[in-house]
Amino acid sequence: MLPELSLNVLDIANNSIRANATQIEIAISIHSDADILSIIISDNGCGMTEDQISHAQDPFYTTRTTRDVGLGIPFYKQAALNTGGSFSIASKTDIGTTVTATFGLSHIDRMPLGDINSTIHTLIISNKHIDFLYTYEFDGRKFHLDTREFREILGDIPLDLPEVSNYIKEYLEENQREVDGDYRF
Amino acid sequence: MKSLEELRAIRERMQSQIGLRNENSDQIRVVVGMATCGIASGARPILTTLSDAVQSKGLSNIAVTQTGCIGLCQYEPIVEILEPGKDKVTYVKMTPEKALEVVDQHLVRGQIVKEYTIAEVNG
Repeated sequence: MLPELSLNVLDIANNSIRANATQIEIAISIHSDADILSIIISDNGCGMTEDQISHAQDPFYTTRTTRDVGLGIPFYKQAALNTGGSFSIASKTDIGTTVTATFGLSHIDRMPLGDINSTIHTLIISNKHIDFLYTYEFDGRKFHLDTREFREILGDIPLDLPEVSNYIKEYLEENQREVDGDYRF
Repeated sequence: MKSLEELRAIRERMQSQIGLRNENSDQIRVVVGMATCGIASGARPILTTLSDAVQSKGLSNIAVTQTGCIGLCQYEPIVEILEPGKDKVTYVKMTPEKALEVVDQHLVRGQIVKEYTIAEVNG
């Protein structure tokens, strides 16, 4: 198990990167009335066959050749199911993959969301050829980050230029603080 | 809410300096293993530390990126340094502190921090 859900997000997004995605969408929404935290990660990567989808949740299945086990999806699935939540994968070859997980927000076994901004920032800065669309919502208040908007403004100035990288970090942190108010997830 | 106006201001400031960073062939690549094994052993703070240090020291010929499982899960977090014309250097069982040392010794001064390399740790 990973100690923060934000690390699971980083892990699952890395599957999208390995699937040669050029666009990755990460949506986190928290609804205190319904007592749900949901995380949707979708990409336009190579997708999976029916057979691969059914095997992906098996810890002793992996497509990689560097080792024999693949714990990323099983960890994530268990983290969701342990909280009375749900887990599903939808995928189509050459179209992309969507991984949806919901968590019981107040469940004692729900891992904290953790440093989600660090996950998003890390993904953006170290994968310059991929566009990221991130939305974060708490009880109707929300913000979004779209690297395509950033690129349009920046032209040929790279996202990992120190000033830009800092801007992205602050953008994430300030906006999450405003959405969260006094709450921490 | 933080606005996109600030980003426009950054572009105005930076436009004159562009061209300083060119991704040419003598670029050094610093690669952090970021699969489940790496993440579980603490690769995310390592990558943050490395990219922050490279930025703050203005090492514009160095790119910090991530990769999947390198196949040495028991040695994670792993950082590889790939420099054109030189052998690849693999640092294992990294911590943010060790990563900063690698930046100062290896990336700035060009001296490999032998005791953190796989050859030394592996004995």
